[in-house]
Amino acid sequence: MTKILVVDDSNSIRDMVSFTLKSAGYETVEAKDGQDGLNKAKATSIDLVISDVNMPIMDGITLCQELRKLPSFKFTPILMLTTESSGDMKMRGKAAGATGWLVKPFNPEKLLATIKRVVR
Amino acid sequence: MSVDLSQFIPSFLEESFEGLELMESSLLDLEQGDDETINSIFRAAHSIKGGAGTFGFNSVTEFTHLVETLLDEMRDGRRKIAQDDVELLLDSVDCMRLLIESIRDEIECDTSKIIETSALLEKTLAADGVEVSEAITINSSDTVESKTDDTSTWQISFIPEHHLVQTGNDPLLLFNALADLGEVTLVACAKKLPALNELDAEEIHLSWNITLQSSANEDEIKEVFEWVEDECELIITKEALSNGDLSIAELLTEPPSLEESDPILSTATSKIDNPAKPTEKSTEKSSSKAKNDLGSIRVGVDKVDSLINLVGELVITQSMLSELGNDFDLSKVERLNSGLEQLLQNTKELQESVMRIRMLPISFAFNRFPRLVHDLSKKTGKDIELILKGEQTELDKTVMEQIGDPLVHLVRNAVDHGIESAEVRLANGKPKKGTIMLDAYHQGGSIIIEIKDDGGGIDREAVFNKALEKGLVDENTVLTDAQTFDLLFEPGFSTAKEVSDISGRGVGMDVVKKNIQSLGGRIQVISEPGKGSTFRVNLPLTLAILDGQLVQVGTETYIIPLITIVESLQPQKELINRVSGDMVLYRLREDNVPVIPIYQLFNIPSEFDNIEKSLLVVVEADGQKIGLMVDDLLAQQQVVIKSLNDNYQQVDGISGATILGDGSVAMILDVPGIITMALAQAQLNQKNRSTIKPKITQSISEGVNS
Repeated sequence: MTKILVVDDSNSIRDMVSFTLKSAGYETVEAKDGQDGLNKAKATSIDLVISDVNMPIMDGITLCQELRKLPSFKFTPILMLTTESSGDMKMRGKAAGATGWLVKPFNPEKLLATIKRVVR
Repeated sequence: MSVDLSQFIPSFLEESFEGLELMESSLLDLEQGDDETINSIFRAAHSIKGGAGTFGFNSVTEFTHLVETLLDEMRDGRRKIAQDDVELLLDSVDCMRLLIESIRDEIECDTSKIIETSALLEKTLAADGVEVSEAITINSSDTVESKTDDTSTWQISFIPEHHLVQTGNDPLLLFNALADLGEVTLVACAKKLPALNELDAEEIHLSWNITLQSSANEDEIKEVFEWVEDECELIITKEALSNGDLSIAELLTEPPSLEESDPILSTATSKIDNPAKPTEKSTEKSSSKAKNDLGSIRVGVDKVDSLINLVGELVITQSMLSELGNDFDLSKVERLNSGLEQLLQNTKELQESVMRIRMLPISFAFNRFPRLVHDLSKKTGKDIELILKGEQTELDKTVMEQIGDPLVHLVRNAVDHGIESAEVRLANGKPKKGTIMLDAYHQGGSIIIEIKDDGGGIDREAVFNKALEKGLVDENTVLTDAQTFDLLFEPGFSTAKEVSDISGRGVGMDVVKKNIQSLGGRIQVISEPGKGSTFRVNLPLTLAILDGQLVQVGTETYIIPLITIVESLQPQKELINRVSGDMVLYRLREDNVPVIPIYQLFNIPSEFDNIEKSLLVVVEADGQKIGLMVDDLLAQQQVVIKSLNDNYQQVDGISGATILGDGSVAMILDVPGIITMALAQAQLNQKNRSTIKPKITQSISEGVNS
């Protein structure tokens, strides 16, 4: 079963994303900031990471950079959940090794449709 | 969110044309072989492709992609630089120019040449053993209802960068996402796959050509590639009709050279099927001003700096003068005079400096000739060397734009009619290789462009016989060399024994002359039998400013362009010759010059209506002299030409107007126009009074006919 790590400091967003994914049959792991996400990523095998950018303790960009350093995350898709899809944001995400981005406010159908581009 | 980039289209177009010129000239140099040259050609093609992609000029992007691929293979040594490939690339440059011109001019371009050339390019590329996979169709019938009416066919070229998978993207999943939109057919290209021992398993070396049958729009397709758009080359093109709907009529209109049986060729056809379509779309965006002229100019920083410097000096002079004016008394007259002197100097320099901004080196007009002569010498089988001289000579931009075509015509003529075949040359003891020289230099206030060939010279007898045949001269006419050569510029005049497709059908030379004259220039022919001919074009440096002679007629001031004035004189009674009622001829040495009183021409009162009291300004245009009768000669000065058309309307005999120092408006006389008017009048008189034959020289009546 595809396991997805959802990292967001907002409980409501994390819940919504997680709920959407679960209802589509994915398994989810939740984390409330970058550091938490990194720890959980190390502890279990993950097929996709969906992470917020602005978070306390460790932001999403740093999380992405850290994950890419791990051998098991070399090819794992990492999607950044951003408020606006500004070019700058995309560039920073890409530079950190992100696979793509999802623009908030998110739409459940769109989320499921687009993650099909990166997970089987 | 969406940014309108259309304002950058003109500069993209301009840059592209520069790139094409660079490609062309470098390709011609390439024949000698050089790594740096091929790199610069590749870079030029690459920038054009990139720019075209940004603006959605897909026809350009697709075509240039093929060119770039071929260049890339040459660049990294996978392909030897063969002469045939260079010719193909030169043709491709022409196609790219056609495509870009069609965008600029907002017209549909002739696609047949483009289809043909791109097919050749694909064939050339394929001949080098492109490894292409079998087409794989991802059937998506389970997710999408089968074909609806609004299904269209999309061609997608997807070339990922090597590191694409390292950010977690997977092409296969992207293709699956595409399959959600419709039926996908994939052809993978493994040409760039390195040898196994060099293969890095974490990198991607494949590229794909995807055919998508879908009712989705371009944005939806782009969205699939949203996350990888910066990490791949992506070209998405819509075909006019989906393959299934391809009508017989359309198949029939395809060029016969493209046989259906050849899969590579037919792919090419359908891919470049309708380049006009994206063009249409793109032109909606570009401003209508971009038509024909891009309207902008590139100026060297040094020119701008000198301008700023001069403005600085002007400001200093101005503050000095205004300080003088504060409490002026007679003791300061000397300082006032020197201040005014300085102002004059500043203004003059400023004017020159501003004019220099419009000046471009003539290499802009010359750089097309190496290619032209290369092509022509190939076509005619003549071995010709082209020498360019004085390429840095500067010329006004407008003049430059309009002199290009006449020069092309003259060079074509030099190749076709001027240079003899190798056998004839050798028989006459000349080197086998013919030489054509283009030379530009300044002389006084004009620029001279010479087109010189070392060919056989102009056959005077042939010209004369042709003129006889055309009824331009009769058997007894004795013509000077200059008069003979002038006949070449008569409409429909061609001495070529056979009409060739190079120098046309004799419709050109009169147009050449007309174009040069409309620029205020002249053309002169010098030819020596057996040694060659020189066409000398004399052009004003700029069209904005004119050296003029101010003349007085009654209360009016007129300006006669100085370049047209032969001499000014006080008429002597015994040389005045009244041939008919109101036609006056003045005997000027061996010529009889018709006298045109300006007051009659414009129907204004004048101080003197008697030629003996007036002054005569003898002017010449088109090899024809007339005397303009004026009351007085005033100063000579440079005047800025203001268009009469823009401010009022076209007036016969007047080419423009200017504002004089005292603020009054003065008309600039259109000398060639006045001469035409006068000759028309003379002919009318001649008809009316056929018993009295005015003794007008041969060339006058010719001028009337023309």
